[in-house]
Amino acid sequence: MNGHLLTFLTFSPLVGVLALLFVPRGQTALIRAIGVLATFVPLVLSLVLYARFAPEGGLQFAEKARWFAIPVGEVAFPIEYELGVDGLSLPLVLLTTIVTAVAAVASMHIRQNLKTYFACFLLLEVGMLGVFTSQNLFLFFLFFELTLIPMFFLISKWGYLEREQAALHFLVYNGVGSALLLLAILTLFVRVGDLSFVRVAEALHQAPIPVLSDTAALVLFGLLLVAFGVKLPLFPFHTWMLRVHVQAPPPVVMLHSGIQLKMGAYGLLRMGVGFFPEVAAKLATFLAAWGLVNVLYGAVLALVQRDLKRVFAYSSISHMGIVLLGLAAMNETGFTGAVFQAVSHGFISALLFLLVGVIWERTGTSTVTEMGGLAKSMPVASGMLLAAAMASLGLPGMSGFLSEFLAFLGLFRVQPVLAAVGAVGIVLAAAYLLRAVLRTTFGPTPQPLAGLRDATAAEVTPMLVLLAFIVLLGVWPAVLGDVLHHAVQTLAAALPGRIGG
Amino acid sequence: MDEAVKNVLDWNWGAMAPELVILGAATLMTILDLLLPAGRDRRPLAWLGLAGILVAAFLVWRNVQAEPTHILYDMYRVDDFANAFKLVFLAGAAFALLLAVADVGPGGEASSGEKAIRDRGEYFYLLLTGLLGAMMLASAADLIVLFVGLEVLALSSYILVALRRQYLPAVEGAFKYVVNGGIASAITLYGMSFLYGLTGSTNLLAVGEGLRDAYVSGNAYLVYVAFFFLVVGVAFKIAAAPFHMWAPDVYQGAPTPVTAFLAVVSKAAGFALLLRLLLTAFLGLANPLDGSPLLFSELNVYVGAVAAASMIIGNTVALRQTNVKRMMAYSSIAHAGYLLVPFASLTTMVFSQMMFYLVAYLFMTMGAFAVIQLVARDRGSEDLRAFAGLFRRSPLLALAMTLFLLSLAGLPLTAGFIGKFYLFLSAVGREMYALAAIMVLTSVVSFVYYFAVIRQMFLRTGEEGDPGVRVPPTVGTVIALSAAATVLLGLLPDPALDLLAHTFNFSEMFLPLAE
Repeated sequence: MNGHLLTFLTFSPLVGVLALLFVPRGQTALIRAIGVLATFVPLVLSLVLYARFAPEGGLQFAEKARWFAIPVGEVAFPIEYELGVDGLSLPLVLLTTIVTAVAAVASMHIRQNLKTYFACFLLLEVGMLGVFTSQNLFLFFLFFELTLIPMFFLISKWGYLEREQAALHFLVYNGVGSALLLLAILTLFVRVGDLSFVRVAEALHQAPIPVLSDTAALVLFGLLLVAFGVKLPLFPFHTWMLRVHVQAPPPVVMLHSGIQLKMGAYGLLRMGVGFFPEVAAKLATFLAAWGLVNVLYGAVLALVQRDLKRVFAYSSISHMGIVLLGLAAMNETGFTGAVFQAVSHGFISALLFLLVGVIWERTGTSTVTEMGGLAKSMPVASGMLLAAAMASLGLPGMSGFLSEFLAFLGLFRVQPVLAAVGAVGIVLAAAYLLRAVLRTTFGPTPQPLAGLRDATAAEVTPMLVLLAFIVLLGVWPAVLGDVLHHAVQTLAAALPGRIGG
Repeated sequence: MDEAVKNVLDWNWGAMAPELVILGAATLMTILDLLLPAGRDRRPLAWLGLAGILVAAFLVWRNVQAEPTHILYDMYRVDDFANAFKLVFLAGAAFALLLAVADVGPGGEASSGEKAIRDRGEYFYLLLTGLLGAMMLASAADLIVLFVGLEVLALSSYILVALRRQYLPAVEGAFKYVVNGGIASAITLYGMSFLYGLTGSTNLLAVGEGLRDAYVSGNAYLVYVAFFFLVVGVAFKIAAAPFHMWAPDVYQGAPTPVTAFLAVVSKAAGFALLLRLLLTAFLGLANPLDGSPLLFSELNVYVGAVAAASMIIGNTVALRQTNVKRMMAYSSIAHAGYLLVPFASLTTMVFSQMMFYLVAYLFMTMGAFAVIQLVARDRGSEDLRAFAGLFRRSPLLALAMTLFLLSLAGLPLTAGFIGKFYLFLSAVGREMYALAAIMVLTSVVSFVYYFAVIRQMFLRTGEEGDPGVRVPPTVGTVIALSAAATVLLGLLPDPALDLLAHTFNFSEMFLPLAE
């Protein structure tokens, strides 16, 4: 099984889809059970994967099979089915399986068309897992695009009032991102004649005669930056993401904010920095400045939002800016910080949106000014919300602190001024999060909101799981750090003129 | 001619067996149609036609294995280029015939009312004569034969579009088609007259050689003029911008099976014409200064412009359509643009690229039109809204339609994705980045209108308690085969790619054939 563990892992949610096909539409309890259980299979497999992963081993669990070949005249360029994980992708695979399982459990408030919902949900998981496990550009792109279709349905069918608009925005923005990515991939394919991550990187770094001119490398890096910048999202490509976060149903936002944004971060690290370290290093100041814009823009706008969902959406933009800052540091510490931030934000935002869903279920609103005093009627949920906010603003002992600390530490070494300005973002984070959370949980209770039911045990369980991981990362970062170390070292080693952080 | 003139019967007419079978079947159908009493059901004629197509397909396949051959001093070539296109035509015509049977069958749109078709025998055998014209076109190695094939296809198509005589859009569409088609034929013919005038021959290979001399001996601008006229003529046929204006009206007015026939067979025939005529005649031309082939360095720019215009116009105007068949017309204009990309960025891959995409396009377009036909007859409307709630009413049909639309949009795991990926490859390889960028970005635009149909099917609710859409077995077969092929070509494209690369020897096209 070891040989095909990743294939099993990536496609295991399909078993659930198949099972769902044979269940009549009316059997909601059974459908729900299948949907949730089907996400546990990849979860268990990913834990097995983590247990068997050798931290110092580089690329592992690699699988390779001939898929098809594109004939060009007499020769044929093979396109292979290649999977594998290294220290960079393994944490994200785990993040995906955990958050998806939690989001499946949290889908309890979805009541309509449950069968189609879970089918889309599980297909989406296949796509996301595929993005992180594929080891070649073609496969990566395929899964990357594949996530669009179920996501489109999930937003547009089960979302809130303006869901269809949001879904269309999502589709078009991400479609453009994918289109640019495809251009970059094809150019690399034509120039290098190979699609495997490893071999493309080798060809770009080690060829005696450079495969690409400096300009071509710069343009390709730019294409990748925009393609993944849409996904991350970076200002000014972020507007679609606000709509999605406001309009999509909470479990879907958990997947989106928790996992899909990280596909952008992953792509930037794997391809942007992995393929074009020289260009990335040259543009480091620009990247840092861009990251800074995101951090501050997100934070300032989060400060004035009245909708809890929008506060968290802008906070995501701000936090993804920190990923870019860590990346721009161009050293080991910064990269580690960027991945930590990606994983940590995945858990935290999943928790935040889970709570938004729970609150919405009871109050029918997510507007901060319409709420208040929830702590009285819903002490557990309010406590969780406060905890999540604390994690998000970087309270020591939780994952957010460490990730931001690492990212800024990395950046301080090279860009002290920008880093110092960026740190203002952290202060602002405290302000907007506390403003939103305190306003919701304390103060006078508006009449219609009195006597609400607190979160049920079924709702609290997924919260506790997420919180556990947030704390685990905060107090025992080696869980992630050990796995990550080797991969980050490799990335940093390729940078020109630097000895890793 | 030095050698003794060969007796007509000395030629290897066996190579033409597929065409003769189709001709025979069409003739038989015509005679039977005349003999049958007026009230009799004409549908058995279609089965006769289908049998003819299957036999012809088998004979074509036998020709693929055989050596290339020619008839009447290289007027008619049976090479693998022709065989490959003939197989696409045959498959497309077979599907259209199956759809047509259901169209006039009980409950079909054309069975009664305003959209009724009374001349049902014609409905079936004109599809066959159209097919015959397309097959001749693919095999023609002589300007005259080429033009005859083109006209046989066009004339059959005009009548097919006009079959719904009481239906006003059909009359309008047919009229526009005749006028536009007539102009296109005239322009093509005019272009051909330049070729003949410059070279003194109608044989394509001889034209190719003659043009080379004409080009270097000071008639270069006439060569350009001929090229432009021929490109314009071809652009009409494949519905590429800016000569696409007829397509939406014709697609809307024609019976859906005929629309599918035009979208697939007629368009593919246009591409056969493009490759056969322009490649054979113009490939040899080279710039006298640096020796670079004109088709690679100068002429292709104009083809690229037509491709870009088609992709942009097709995909953006489709956004505004509410009639599904008009939308598909603009989508087919965009696809003509995609298909021109490998010609504009000419490499040796051009044949496999175009054939693979044409095959993918055959299945996804036929499948989509099959579903459109069923929904339109079920709801009595071709509006986008007719698709509302289809997923609830007929989930399998909705899923199949989703598959076809995703493939048309070029999303992964479908034939359309692999096909488009393959098309991009030469554009990027030849460093025509603008063309490649237009192609990927307009594809994103196309998501919007393809997903508009998907949205209707999944997100809108039709009237409650509607029964499912009835699927006649003939249409069901078309949908099932198309869906299977769309998935298969998307997941495992290797056998098809391999077949195109190794079994079909497209370069036979340029081979001077021995007596």
